[in-house]
Amino acid sequence: MKPLFAAVFSLFFAAPALAATDIQTVETPMGFNAWLVEEPSIPFTSLEIRFRGGTSLDAPGKRGATNLMVGLLEEGAGDLDARGFAEARDALAASFRYDSGPDSISVSARFLTENRDEAVALLRQSLVDPRFDKDALERVRAQVLSGIRSDARDPDAIANARFDEMVFGNHPYGSQPSGTEESVGALTRDDIVAAHEATMTRDRVYIAAAGDISPDALATLIDDLLGDLPETGAPLPADIEAETSAGVTVVPFDTPQSVAMFGHAGIARDDPDFFAAYVLNQILGGGGFEARLMTEVREKRGLTYGVYSYLVPMDHSALYLGRVASANDRIAEAISVIRDEWRKMAEDGVTEAELEQAKTYLTGAYPLRFDGNGPIARILVGMQMDGLSPEYVTTRNAEVEAVTRDDVARVAARLLDPEALRFVVVGRPEGLEDEAPGQ
Amino acid sequence: MKRLAAALTLAAVTLTAPPALAEETATPVTDFTLDNGMEVVVIEDHRAPVVVHMVWYRAGSADETAGTSGVAHFLEHLLFKGTETMEAGEFSRVVAENGGTDNAFTSYDQTAYFQRIAADRLGLMMQMEADRMVNLQLDEDDILTERDVIIEERNTRVENDPSALMREQMGAALYQNHRYGVPIIGWRHEMEALDLEAATSFYQRHYAPNNAILIVAGDVTPDEVRALAEEHYAPIPANPEVGAPRLRPQEPPQLAERRLVYRDPRVAQPYLMRRYLAPERDPGDQRTAAALTLLDEILGSGQTSVLNRDLQFDAQVALHTGSYYDGTSYDTSSFTLIVVPAADVSLEEAEAALDTALANFLEEGVDADQLDRIKFQLNADLVYQQDSTQSLARRYGGALTAGLTIEDVQAWPGILQSITAEEIVEAARQVFDAKQSVTGYLMAEEAADAPQQEVSQ
Repeated sequence: MKPLFAAVFSLFFAAPALAATDIQTVETPMGFNAWLVEEPSIPFTSLEIRFRGGTSLDAPGKRGATNLMVGLLEEGAGDLDARGFAEARDALAASFRYDSGPDSISVSARFLTENRDEAVALLRQSLVDPRFDKDALERVRAQVLSGIRSDARDPDAIANARFDEMVFGNHPYGSQPSGTEESVGALTRDDIVAAHEATMTRDRVYIAAAGDISPDALATLIDDLLGDLPETGAPLPADIEAETSAGVTVVPFDTPQSVAMFGHAGIARDDPDFFAAYVLNQILGGGGFEARLMTEVREKRGLTYGVYSYLVPMDHSALYLGRVASANDRIAEAISVIRDEWRKMAEDGVTEAELEQAKTYLTGAYPLRFDGNGPIARILVGMQMDGLSPEYVTTRNAEVEAVTRDDVARVAARLLDPEALRFVVVGRPEGLEDEAPGQ
Repeated sequence: MKRLAAALTLAAVTLTAPPALAEETATPVTDFTLDNGMEVVVIEDHRAPVVVHMVWYRAGSADETAGTSGVAHFLEHLLFKGTETMEAGEFSRVVAENGGTDNAFTSYDQTAYFQRIAADRLGLMMQMEADRMVNLQLDEDDILTERDVIIEERNTRVENDPSALMREQMGAALYQNHRYGVPIIGWRHEMEALDLEAATSFYQRHYAPNNAILIVAGDVTPDEVRALAEEHYAPIPANPEVGAPRLRPQEPPQLAERRLVYRDPRVAQPYLMRRYLAPERDPGDQRTAAALTLLDEILGSGQTSVLNRDLQFDAQVALHTGSYYDGTSYDTSSFTLIVVPAADVSLEEAEAALDTALANFLEEGVDADQLDRIKFQLNADLVYQQDSTQSLARRYGGALTAGLTIEDVQAWPGILQSITAEEIVEAARQVFDAKQSVTGYLMAEEAADAPQQEVSQ
């Protein structure tokens, strides 16, 4: 039995036992802090490490450096070249994944108990002593450039990029983390080394593990793994307000189905009304068929395969976004329905029945997320980055339960702004005119 | 870096070699059959009070009749409409109100419906799933609206994606007679003509307990599942009209290598794909498929693979390479190779390099260290997969609806470990026969680059 599951589920079934102790907090001799859910029944461990900052720490003129650097971490380290490193990792049946986003770099590792020391030693080399060999740099650069060119022909990627650019301009959030053909083409090995030193540092690392490992063993592992990283990195970017105006931006692109991104400013993760907003979004455009957007756009009118909205709290801003795709001759109607629903929700809020249904779903679905060592480690790191305590897993559902209709109405009026709702449509939409921002 | 490769192969690539449960692993699996012929598999995992409840039908797009492509998938959507006792949308609403998630999918050989939910709601899931197995009520409005939805789904998955359009063309060229050459979602012109009668007819022909497999994974005992299944599924009588042997048109001897070029102005990165017909896993006869599963790992899985080494590291003619093979298939499967050429390398040059690499491999044979690593990883997967009973449940469902037995599923990991280097090379020689292949180039249209600009009006 996983203690964490027991703790979470005890709430779901209204049993008492709080068991925040099931998430153990570990402080290492070198001063790193980590969270651990010990699960000895299967002989492996999932380890999740994140560094706050991510691709937004790219130096001026070096857009794409962090993304490329992270792509190179598995391409040779210590005395192993790229193939040697991959062979060593495969021989241990370990899995290391390295990824980057606007707010963080993530490292997701999975290794067997029987060869844990060797796996961690190998992982350590990739984090602390990556080689960034010239041939590997050129090989991965060519892959990144190919991806950039493909994104330029992909309706979803085009919509994303245009929306980001419009909302955030010159802030790092305003451009794509992979960079441009020009910026990536100009990156040198020195730039990659600099990006490594600027982003993967001890002062902004978050660590969680789940699986077959004791707190003591985890502490030793972490000091070995991360102790030789630089102490501090590049300064984090400034906060920025997301500003949009109502209207449609059309990016002409020859494809049969128009793709639309829509949204405006969102709400911060630490805002007292965050949970009310979260419940509101579940009702308006959350995952299920029961959400208003799905009911109105898909179930009643058959205008799309999927329409969703989602809160995007970031470290330095917040967005409330949505996405829909409809054939070129039907996207205008889909957008009109979405606008109506946005306004209706802003003005009238939700019904008691909708609220209860959303709460039952959200509180019931929460424990289902803790589905294995990897997901648990990722959730625990996410909580740390959001400034939450381990007890959150036992109080979170109560916070959802506490949301009232008035709370939702208040946050709907504050958050949903039909006068700022901007659509970026990529395709050949019929009956939609481009309305430049500010018109 | 292998993100692009994964994106390019989409439906094809997840993890290439899915080993199933070995008898020596810790997860207990029990099976039994109800009197009405419904097969039941229980996978116990008591770490959390959650279950996955799945019903799999031995009916997929390859079981459709000619002219009704997409109807298996259309019907899957329509099962979320009403029954005699539940209104449209009620199924998913009840699941959500109980804190669960639900979905369904359709493939060539199977259609499956599943929910993930607190273990004490299992009976409710069975009650509703049993209801829609035989009591579906459809009206014309449901049909018309949902048909629009699946056409938009086709727009999203296929029409907006040149790679997906290319894959459709490849499939149609590879299979000359078998329904595996018809897309699961359907050809657009046939989807547009799907009606109530087509959906009802497929439903009546394939949906019955004797054509279904129940899989429950999670915090339950076999006795609990048996009691609930007796209550909810056993009362549905077997339908003798349903579940007859799946007689599908088979491939004739293939005599001619096929080649195609798909051009689309939306293509930014050309690549080539080759598919060969390949044997599938058959009951009691899985060795060739196991050898091909290992061949797939050896040739095209990850940075230590043969194609990666030869084309990306040594010759440096490719940005990405990959292979794909899934032997879990009712009829003849396929083995797929992909090469994304480096800038300034033509598709012809990339193809020549691919052929050289394959010829060298057949000449030189399997690297013993690489085979050891792969077998060790497959063994390790048996440890890792204990952490995800849901994927184990999917593996059983996929195999059983592809004509395999529980014994086949449980023997599979041992067979993989027993395959020799010689068997792998022999399987490769057998499969890499140009006459049973299609080679496709995905290319941009010449002078297709219209710069994107915002329209100002």
